[in-house]
Amino acid sequence: MQWETVIGLEIHVQLATKSKIFSGSSTQFGAEPNSQASLVDLAMPGTLPVPNEEAFRKAIMFGLAIDADINKRSVFDRKNYFYPDSPKGYQTTQLDHPIVGAGNVEIQLSNGSKKVIRIHHAHLEEDAGKSLHEDYHGMTGIDLNRAGTPLIEIVSEPDMSNSEEAVAFAKKMHSIVSSVGIGDGEMSQGSMRFDVNISIRPKGEEKLGTRTETKNLNSFRFMEKAIALEVERQIDILEDGGTIAQETRLYDGEKDISRSMRSKEEANDYRYFPCPDLLPVIIDEEYIDSIRADMPELPDARAARFVEQYALSDYDAALLAADANTAAFFEKCTKISGDAKLSANWVAGELSARLNSDEISIKQCPIEADLLGKLVLRIKDGTVSSSGAKKVFEILWKQESSDVDAIIDQQGLKQVSDTGALEAIVDEVLAGMADQITQYQEADDKKRKKLMGGFMGPLMKASKGQGNPKLFNQILAKKLNK
Amino acid sequence: MFNKTVKELSLGLSQGEFSSVELTQHYLDRIKAKDGEINSFITVTEERALNEAKVADKVRADGNAQPWTGIPFAHKDIFCTEGVLTTCGSRMLENFISPYDATVVTKMKQAGSVCLGKTNMDEFAMGSSNETSYFGKVINPWSDKEQLVPGGSSGGSAAAVAAGLTPIATATDTGGSIRQPASLCGLTGLKPTYGRVSRYGMIAFASSLDQAGPMARTAEDAAMMLNVMAGHDEKDSTSIVKDVPDYTANLNNSIDGLRIGLPKEFFNEHLSSELQKVLQDSIKQLESQGATFKEISLPHSHLSVPAYYVIAPAECSANLSRFDGVRYGHRCEDPKDLMDLYQRSRTEGFGEEVKRRILIGAYALSAGYYDAYYNKAQQIRRLIKNDFVSAFEDIDVILSPTSPSPAFGFDAKGDDPVQMYLEDIFTISTNLAGLPAMSLPAGLINELPIGMQLIGNYFDESKLLNVAHRFQTATDWHTLAPKNI
Repeated sequence: MQWETVIGLEIHVQLATKSKIFSGSSTQFGAEPNSQASLVDLAMPGTLPVPNEEAFRKAIMFGLAIDADINKRSVFDRKNYFYPDSPKGYQTTQLDHPIVGAGNVEIQLSNGSKKVIRIHHAHLEEDAGKSLHEDYHGMTGIDLNRAGTPLIEIVSEPDMSNSEEAVAFAKKMHSIVSSVGIGDGEMSQGSMRFDVNISIRPKGEEKLGTRTETKNLNSFRFMEKAIALEVERQIDILEDGGTIAQETRLYDGEKDISRSMRSKEEANDYRYFPCPDLLPVIIDEEYIDSIRADMPELPDARAARFVEQYALSDYDAALLAADANTAAFFEKCTKISGDAKLSANWVAGELSARLNSDEISIKQCPIEADLLGKLVLRIKDGTVSSSGAKKVFEILWKQESSDVDAIIDQQGLKQVSDTGALEAIVDEVLAGMADQITQYQEADDKKRKKLMGGFMGPLMKASKGQGNPKLFNQILAKKLNK
Repeated sequence: MFNKTVKELSLGLSQGEFSSVELTQHYLDRIKAKDGEINSFITVTEERALNEAKVADKVRADGNAQPWTGIPFAHKDIFCTEGVLTTCGSRMLENFISPYDATVVTKMKQAGSVCLGKTNMDEFAMGSSNETSYFGKVINPWSDKEQLVPGGSSGGSAAAVAAGLTPIATATDTGGSIRQPASLCGLTGLKPTYGRVSRYGMIAFASSLDQAGPMARTAEDAAMMLNVMAGHDEKDSTSIVKDVPDYTANLNNSIDGLRIGLPKEFFNEHLSSELQKVLQDSIKQLESQGATFKEISLPHSHLSVPAYYVIAPAECSANLSRFDGVRYGHRCEDPKDLMDLYQRSRTEGFGEEVKRRILIGAYALSAGYYDAYYNKAQQIRRLIKNDFVSAFEDIDVILSPTSPSPAFGFDAKGDDPVQMYLEDIFTISTNLAGLPAMSLPAGLINELPIGMQLIGNYFDESKLLNVAHRFQTATDWHTLAPKNI
């Protein structure tokens, strides 16, 4: 049977506010356990929440970024459940009157097509603390530093039909969050967490199948793998005549397995009701307008500008514009190098690959944008070849030096662009390659292009890698096609 | 000295008749002598009180005295007091030393007053007789042959003031917990408009109904204390941003032409003839000062008790979840796992009435029942509020009974909690509407004090205090004291 997958996402984003959503404690990551837990965060008897306006500002910014309705009246509710890292015994969240209503985002797929994913709503809520089960010998440690960190939970419609779309959507949301500056987007620190709702149904069927929720996927790679695993699991069950249980599943990215966390039968009745300690929050148009006026550039608008301003391809523009920091890096680099296309190739290519393999963000990049710009400038003006530039890049990355020209000199990477000297090398090399020359001259145009490469290797070797490949090519073509 | 009002003590201090240390020692001695029987205090902070009194005397000597400098008083044990046991009348908090001060506590400190200790109360303010306290029942000082309840939940505050163990006390009112004990102990108690006094540091029972106020002998003393307690607090986002008037400024205003409403639903055939007479006499007194009376209708008032007993338990079921044995408060011995820790800590830590209300509340909020109970109760709440809003279009103040009867004996309400809930039948609707209301002594029934209730429009505390003070200027019910003190 042909199966069709239906995917919806719930995304928790920690808002980058200085203090917590209902208390004055700092939200800084990585502090000593419980050093950022105030009386309110500890849920001391008699303490009361006071809403943080900045959390509202950031939630509204997100709403504006996805072209959503901003609700003028939003209400906090209590979601009741007992757990040690939830000190009040309830989570303060928004159920029926969220701050952000329905919105839309457009995603781009690898085949070039575009798709609109609908957002059902996004609401404000507080994060829980952390339970630490290791190192306590049969006991559990509770760290309430994170308790009360403001979150928005973004709930999509089930509009995605495969892992590529889900990951593209997740990346797009990450891009919006970091571009608007409402969150730091550090997924490894849990600043952005993804829960994926997955169901399958026979192709053509209207009715949705029973869904499962896979929780807390903190990387795009894990999300892709978790979806593949879950879809496969559901197909296996249904094809064996079984039924899917509505349940919450936990994915283990290291082992690539998932297990059931709790079933619907075990699900809590959260007994939501409006929080009587917090009055409904009323927002007027003027306030929303003031936030709109301060909105930073959004990824889609930036991509369009990159196409316009730098004549980049749609693909390159979207790639570089997605993340605000990457975009800023690219623009700085281009300013120095004066070559947008070449800068784009280096930022999206060598640099991104290296950041990925070292698992660091562009903000932690050891090479400044200006420095990469200088290197690209030296490629552009012919001082160094692309392959030579990679060696320079390597030294810059290790921060052994930050003087591009000095590195090129010291490493002997300066290209020889003296035509006379290069011609002498070509003549010398060709003298020993009579067979290849004959072969080349007997071949047709298409084949010749391929055979040309066979001469470049020895030429570069003879020039100790310093010959300008572009000039070598010209001289070679002239000589061979005689 | 112990039967003096705060106003008189303040004058005495300023005229050098006695020092704050002497005054404080006087009350501490009385507590030692009398409270063994009455049990109105859970904690007496003798050393702190004497230190505060010394500081107050120094402040006075330096010429910086304010009206409250050196005046002893007591806090209901629902207010968090830094470094002092704060139990809320519960085993759950039997050993809880608060790490911070409630806003009301801070304000009373800043005013220079001297806190004698923390008064007994129904557990988590749930009760109308002070029988639910983990620290034992409080005896009404008016008890004669038979031991009588002081009312609740602020029964400790009321009994302590009535017995002359403190000149005044703080109290809180969620459904009548200031006014009903004031009625039963012959005192003047005021529940301000919701949002007038900060709830920060006041251990929550039902957040949308709780409000703190004074338990005093006179309207004038109540006004003096409200001057200190009231005001916006940025730590309580439900507290209202509104200037605090001087509540003592208009106490003597004439009430000639004041329009007072009498809700026909409260003056019905169920009202005892004795209480009818007390209220009629009070009405005549106020009429003699020029007030005019008219019958009004609060058509939904019969729904207030059922609506309250959904909303208050619903809120308390969540408010009391933080008492889980994890971070503070009672924790059971040797929990075998997390569920056991929760279940046994809460089972052992909470008393029966508290558990009953948590269960009622959890039930009313649960899936499938929410609309029928919680939502319906909220609808009723709006209707009750609207009743008052329309009534106040043609009147200034409402007069009604406070409690159906004077103080009753322990276990008088039997095993039926609903009988106890009906104690608050006249007081609950003002909490649901968020209106200010007070109770003041209006007469005696079987030689026991009984109060009348005055209900005002939003933020009309000054007017209530004005009417009460005018009444007290012309009557002496508020000066009566129990025989045995």
